[in-house]
Amino acid sequence: MNTRILVRLKPGVLDPQGRAVHNALDSLGFDGVDDVRVGRMIEMDVAEGTSDDTLRAMCEQLLANMVIEDFVVERLDPVVEPA
Amino acid sequence: MAFKGAVITFPGSNCDRDMAVAIEAVSGECAIRIWHGDAQLPDGLDLIALPGGFSYGDYLRCGAMAAKSPVMRAVADAAGRGVPVLGVCNGFQLLTESGLLPGALMRNGQQTFVCRTVDLEVANTSSVFTRSLTPDEHIRIPVAHHDGNYFADEATLDALEGDGRVAFRYTDQVNGSQRNIAGIVNNAGNVLGMMPHPERAIEDAAHPSLGGDDGRKVFESAIGALVTA
Repeated sequence: MNTRILVRLKPGVLDPQGRAVHNALDSLGFDGVDDVRVGRMIEMDVAEGTSDDTLRAMCEQLLANMVIEDFVVERLDPVVEPA
Repeated sequence: MAFKGAVITFPGSNCDRDMAVAIEAVSGECAIRIWHGDAQLPDGLDLIALPGGFSYGDYLRCGAMAAKSPVMRAVADAAGRGVPVLGVCNGFQLLTESGLLPGALMRNGQQTFVCRTVDLEVANTSSVFTRSLTPDEHIRIPVAHHDGNYFADEATLDALEGDGRVAFRYTDQVNGSQRNIAGIVNNAGNVLGMMPHPERAIEDAAHPSLGGDDGRKVFESAIGALVTA
């Protein structure tokens, strides 16, 4: 996997799932949790030359719902210059 | 000419048969069953129905995968030409995921699956699907969903209300939907998405807690004029 996409609810969009997880953490006795938001992580192996634009298009067209979600694209492999 | 209604089945649809039965009950004509992989729809359709269920197991997001299936391009074309399109439950999720209707359907605010008959206020009586109803009429229709919490930004919500595009509202708290929205129509009024299941309320049942026929009016709105004409 050389690419990781993080999909998260936009700030301000109520996250019922995060709230339920927060309640569960409270009930387990973990103090000091101020807020919990639940998102989604998608790992992909993509061809080396895949452009940022293409990755963004994948997110906008399918991986994220732009009405409610934001996304971040992370490239995991460091670029190694040929010797 | 005989009424031509179509029901599209996706992998994981489970209300497609009920939808076909409802269309046949009101139109008197067998509904055409269409598979999601078909890239083309039959010519001359009078109604396209996207049924409830859990297409693709709700992978990624409800309706997200099905919205990219080959048949949805044909559905979008047909909707653009004015063919009536009805999306119920997962069908509504599909319509928002494919951009035919604005907003999104999120996990219910209370986090639980909700399965009961709810009271709806009719907010629009001009669309293809609501013209047999009267303004402020109340109808009772079953809901059964985990992700029916309607969300859109404030500007979109204001526009929907300003344009009279909210078709139905819940009269009590059902799933956390913004402004209690249960169903909306597109600008032209030929595409309706709603979380409640009108196809589950097309005939009276022996016990008052079951059935009811209020859902029939949604089908009669879309079908009636064409069949009696």
